[in-house]
Amino acid sequence: MNSVLTTVIQRLALGIITLFFVSVIIFAMVSMLPGDFTQAVLGQAALEETVEAFRKELGLDQPAHIRYFQWLGGVLQGDFGTSFSGRAASGIDRSRSVAELIEPRLYNTLFLAAMTAIVAVPLALYLGITAALHRNGFFDRSISTATLVSISLPEFLVAYVFIAVFAVLWGKFPPISEIRPGATFFDRIHVSVLPALTLTLVTIAHMMRMTRAAIINLLASPYVEMARLKGVSQRDVIIKHVLPNAWAPIATVIAFNLAYLVIGVVVVETVFTYPGIGRLMVDSVSSRDMPIVQACGLIFAGTYILLNMIADIIGIVTNPRLLHPR
Amino acid sequence: MSTKSDLLLDMRNIEIEGFSDERWHPIIKGVDLSLNRGEILGLIGESGAGKSTLGLAAMGFARPGCRITGGQIMFDGRDLRSLKEPEKRKLWGSRIAYVAQSAAASFNPAHRLIDQTIEANLIKGLKPAKEARDDAIELYRALQLPDPEKIGFRYPHQVSGGQLQRVMTAMAMATRPDLIIFDEPTTALDVTTQVEVLLAMRNIVEQFHTAAIYITHDLAVVAQMADRIKVLRYGEQVEEAETRRMLSDPQEAYTKSLWSVRSIQKEESTSDDYVLELEGIDAAYSRSLKVLKDVNIKVPRGRTVAVVGESGSGKSTTARVITGLLPPSTGSVRFNGQPLPAALKDRNLDQLREIQMIYQMADTAMNPRQTVAEIIGRPLEFYHNMTGRKKEARLSELLKMIELDDSFADRLPSELSGGQKQRICIARALAAEPDLIICDEVTSALDQIVQEGILNLLLNLQKEFGISYIFITHDIATVKAISDEIVIMFQGEVVEQGLKSEILSPPHPDYTQLLLSSVPEMDPDWLDNLVADR
Repeated sequence: MNSVLTTVIQRLALGIITLFFVSVIIFAMVSMLPGDFTQAVLGQAALEETVEAFRKELGLDQPAHIRYFQWLGGVLQGDFGTSFSGRAASGIDRSRSVAELIEPRLYNTLFLAAMTAIVAVPLALYLGITAALHRNGFFDRSISTATLVSISLPEFLVAYVFIAVFAVLWGKFPPISEIRPGATFFDRIHVSVLPALTLTLVTIAHMMRMTRAAIINLLASPYVEMARLKGVSQRDVIIKHVLPNAWAPIATVIAFNLAYLVIGVVVVETVFTYPGIGRLMVDSVSSRDMPIVQACGLIFAGTYILLNMIADIIGIVTNPRLLHPR
Repeated sequence: MSTKSDLLLDMRNIEIEGFSDERWHPIIKGVDLSLNRGEILGLIGESGAGKSTLGLAAMGFARPGCRITGGQIMFDGRDLRSLKEPEKRKLWGSRIAYVAQSAAASFNPAHRLIDQTIEANLIKGLKPAKEARDDAIELYRALQLPDPEKIGFRYPHQVSGGQLQRVMTAMAMATRPDLIIFDEPTTALDVTTQVEVLLAMRNIVEQFHTAAIYITHDLAVVAQMADRIKVLRYGEQVEEAETRRMLSDPQEAYTKSLWSVRSIQKEESTSDDYVLELEGIDAAYSRSLKVLKDVNIKVPRGRTVAVVGESGSGKSTTARVITGLLPPSTGSVRFNGQPLPAALKDRNLDQLREIQMIYQMADTAMNPRQTVAEIIGRPLEFYHNMTGRKKEARLSELLKMIELDDSFADRLPSELSGGQKQRICIARALAAEPDLIICDEVTSALDQIVQEGILNLLLNLQKEFGISYIFITHDIATVKAISDEIVIMFQGEVVEQGLKSEILSPPHPDYTQLLLSSVPEMDPDWLDNLVADR
């Protein structure tokens, strides 16, 4: 048991170190973007002095490494800084804190991700297992073809087809996923159905195919033949003999897709004008609102690292060699 | 005795096909097999003879990619071929059980041994869990497993290969089946472990009067286990007879050839001129895992030194030290009287050329996408700068040396038989014109007749070119056939080194005695005598 704990702690430490390096990279990339917020707001006709004064106010006149450590120091204390937008050269400050801006967007994104995951993950596992069981049968072939098609279609196309069918023709769901203030839980679900459905279709194929591959791989192992020859039924072979050994690869692909649901959904959010964090980041990049971009980048990296770490840990704790050392 | 008929299994005119290269090929071509209650039938033949396929067919089972296309399989009055899968499943694990070759791969790594042992009892509702567990513990005890009360609560990776093989026998025995198929159950074990497992299996089968089909390629093993022996070749029966008669008086030419393989006998000789001297070698893979302890080995020029030992004794590690793949932590390697740099990267071209290696798995030791000409041509270019005509001529010469002709030059490894592949590997080693060739278990993956051909080839090459060999093996019969000197290794240390005649004749140190006495002999009474002696 101790060795498992040590490994988990090692992974955690590695995750934190990775996150640190990612923060450096994010900051460097953002600093390398041409132009800055002052130019974006004031326009090209602005006077040199005005731009300089505004820069000074935002702290952009300081050298990059000092700005990085100021930012990092803040982040470590849970302070992601203040958004640039809302400030104007006029001196009136209507800016809001980054946390305040990101929080509702992050919540929306996580809501959509959770809604998708609740449908997509069990469905993908079920389809993957069933396809593996009836390998090369009719079900397997049709599901393989269907998933190939869904992988090949660009997600915006899927999204527009859904809008055309379910919003325009059938009129059951709104084509635009606007979340009004004071929306109830069910309102949220209602507006999120079409984006969730699109994302389900996009992620399910990958998860299902990898599950199928992992199981087929194990079905060829001698201990599965042994189980069969002990008279274990097909169903129990899968449940008792294959799945316990398949969790590591399956967890990896699920983690990958869950991460995608958080960090890769900007296209779907844009099509449905869903107020998620992906669109916030893209908007902030075009307006050069660096504190927001940096915070979003860090959140995305953190999500990715965390989910992969969880998959890693699942791989470790389902491995009897590590769990029960000699 | 049973009131039912004594005939338990009756297979008639069995035909089985396997799918490869996009079509179905016959694997078993009309074989009959019958077995009485409590009887043990030995099924022997070389790899590819169809032994396992026929053994599994006795359960009405065909591996994926195989299908039973003809014949009748009557088990206790029921035709298994006409039964549907769920019907057969009721028989599997309760009345017919299977013991596989690789115990390590045949246990599910995720479950405790005892849960796997009693699984068949539980799914068939034959015994309640508590009772089944107690019974499993009794079986562990009967199979002389250490700590029978607790061993079942371990996971497969926590026990040794020999123990796993016995647990698997207990698992097969758990439902007291009428028939057990043993599929090469001791092939993967060391000889000293094999003896214990054979004894345990034979005793328990006798105790419960279980019938068994014992599949193996090892004649000496089957002689200890079986009442009757059936010889298979290319999916057809060669002959079948009661064990003693089969051993003393085989009828068919093929059977006789199987019996006579171990007939090579090299006259031993030695020399004071040493090609290789290892002195005080210690080696380790990591700081905690010390593999070799003070190893001293001398290889006389133009002679063969057989390095013998069980798995984990440090044989292959010694080879890695000599080739420079694993620099030793202390000690020196001298080659032709000169010190040899410890690490591969510090050796010059000539030092690299002088020592060549041939591996156990010829398959994986060759690039599957290179032709024979490319494989053998590489060392010709690398060591001797040969190109064009000169290279072609030498290639042709080398092929002649390994008793193949020029038509092989353009073939890929996949187009060669196992023996031919190993010959190509020998030619590749010869191409470098080495002084010493290290042969790491080069014949253990080959059938006996093919083994004989390879060993004879190696001996002839030695006679002609004066090459020295280090022959790493666990097979005492091979050692007797080809060596001048023998080194016996145990747990990383050299137990004994000397002339073949000295090492093989008593008195022996304890370990040598144990090792030599554990090698099965063709005498059906060998196991009984051994038990009496110990």
